[in-house]
Amino acid sequence: MTDILVPQPKSSAVVSLTPDELETPPLTIGQLTWRRFRRHKMAIFGAVTLFLIVLYAFGGMLVFSEADANFNDTGLRLQAPSQKHPFGTDTIGRDILVRTIYGGQISIIIGLTAMLVEIVVGVTFGALAGYFGGLLDSLLMRLTEAVLVIPQIFLLLVMAKYFAQDIPNMQFLGRTFSGSVLVIIFVIGITSWPYLARIVRAQFLSVKENDFILAARATGASTFDIIFRHILPNSIAPIIVAATLSVAAAITLEAYISFLGLGVRPPTATWGNMLEGAYNYIESAWWLWFFPGVLIAVTVLSINFLGDGLRDALDPHSRAV
Amino acid sequence: MTRYIIRRILQALPLLFIISVVLFVLMQNMGDPLATMGGRKVTRKADRIRLARQLGLDKPVAVQYLYWLIGNDWAKTDMDGDGVAETPGVRKGVLRGDWGISLVNRQKVTKVIGERLSNTLLLMLTAEALIIALAMVIGIYSSVHQYSAVDNIITTVTFILYSMPVFFFALLSMYIFSVNFKRWGLPYLPTVGMFEPKAGQTFGQLIWHMVLPVATLSFGFIAGYSRYIRSTMLEALGQDYVRTAKAKGLPKPEVVYIHALKNASLPIVTIIALDLPFLLGGAIVTERIFGWPGMGRLFLDHVARSDTPVVMGILMMIATAVIVFQIIADITYAWLDPRIRYQ
Repeated sequence: MTDILVPQPKSSAVVSLTPDELETPPLTIGQLTWRRFRRHKMAIFGAVTLFLIVLYAFGGMLVFSEADANFNDTGLRLQAPSQKHPFGTDTIGRDILVRTIYGGQISIIIGLTAMLVEIVVGVTFGALAGYFGGLLDSLLMRLTEAVLVIPQIFLLLVMAKYFAQDIPNMQFLGRTFSGSVLVIIFVIGITSWPYLARIVRAQFLSVKENDFILAARATGASTFDIIFRHILPNSIAPIIVAATLSVAAAITLEAYISFLGLGVRPPTATWGNMLEGAYNYIESAWWLWFFPGVLIAVTVLSINFLGDGLRDALDPHSRAV
Repeated sequence: MTRYIIRRILQALPLLFIISVVLFVLMQNMGDPLATMGGRKVTRKADRIRLARQLGLDKPVAVQYLYWLIGNDWAKTDMDGDGVAETPGVRKGVLRGDWGISLVNRQKVTKVIGERLSNTLLLMLTAEALIIALAMVIGIYSSVHQYSAVDNIITTVTFILYSMPVFFFALLSMYIFSVNFKRWGLPYLPTVGMFEPKAGQTFGQLIWHMVLPVATLSFGFIAGYSRYIRSTMLEALGQDYVRTAKAKGLPKPEVVYIHALKNASLPIVTIIALDLPFLLGGAIVTERIFGWPGMGRLFLDHVARSDTPVVMGILMMIATAVIVFQIIADITYAWLDPRIRYQ
């Protein structure tokens, strides 16, 4: 930031700066955040990589059709990467390159929508518990503890099995999706919210004590307005960070349950279900697990870098400009 | 303190009750346990009905839960299907220590879980020891040498490992250390099971088979904890009492290990206690990949066959472990930090 020349006080007279005397106008919060984020090299790296992965998954649609992703020819099964199939073919002869493109779309969509489910539930519960306190708070916090007491992967497996009974395929945007995609999104969202709810609750507990909330109440703002227009915008920073990181967590979780055989069903490809059973071919066909695995690992890493950068950039106490 | 512990335990009971109800209801709709019983198909309709009646599977969920919780030796069941309840039940219920019998192999749940628990604990405790030792060394080293080249490398590598999915690490290490080492004629690590059938159940075999699963189970935690230890150590090293200690002319190891580490280790102890039961979560994927006969695989197998008693047993055991370790974490924290008092 350019130095602001402040005249040294010659006497005891109070020096006041009018906006005209400042060389640069004060920065908005958005500008400050962007400046801090920009300095975070790894976060920029994460953002760029993530952009490239999204481009790969969604831009690849223009080159290959979904029929290519599901086209199987058992005569061509387990072919090593070659000119024709750069990532090789899988156990029933499908092209892995095209499947990572279409699988990537589903994995990214699952990550984002599961995050949305988590935000809706987590913010609602956290806000209600933090704002109203009392009995509602204790009830919601006991519920949160109850979910946190079972490790998430166990809960996910039980719920995935519970909800995944004979789900029909769906038609959406002219494409056929396995209905289990919806189940996985719902199940991941519904088991991930407790951390977020706790963060939101803690934020609400501290923000609601501020004088501007008292002022808002005195001017007759409704409870709804106080929660959503006064407290929530002031608690948004940790929610953004948690939401970013939870996209990575959701992509990993989808991969875990698909890897364990309870995830998204064929014909829909995801990075996770491409890995299913791949460890049986660890000696003979490394390309089966390597390419989807690398894509998951790189995506998760980039999102985590991004989240780390956002955490630093959005921190109002951070002095770095 | 005793009153605090008692209160915590009393608070935990309703929590466990709610969890058990929810899980039990979830387990009910997971498919037909009779379809895969004992590995053979029960095809005749009459047999099915009789089996369902014997196992109490024809009862409403609420009654089944009640039988699971407090047993059915006070009630009579209708075994022969003539509409008259005549046979007294034999189950004692979870509250009296009877976890029921597995629907898959008709063995006691405690026995089924007990056989596998030791294998998982062996893996977990070894991993935990490795995690604490390595994370301490790495974390302390990089905090003492902050912003040095080695510290920068450690920070980057731990971040990458921290983000790496368990299965990818497992598959990659399997591919490098077993498949390719074998190909290159180097001593290679085994990938499946606990022992080589030919070599017999020796201690050396066990250690050799544990290398990859333990590495897989611990790498993420090592990365996470060493980052955490680095930050708490940096905070402690910036404190005034550390400056005082240095100014007094104390040798550096004493300042680092006695003054700073002692205070920095407080939050670490809590985190370790809270995370310990969650190592089991990582064990599911690890045990599946490496064919380790532990609880994670037991859970997967029995969820697939809708074996309510065993799955409930595993889940309630883990839930209890989590709660107990939460209480232990609180108590150790208060014990280590005399400023903390629980009312």
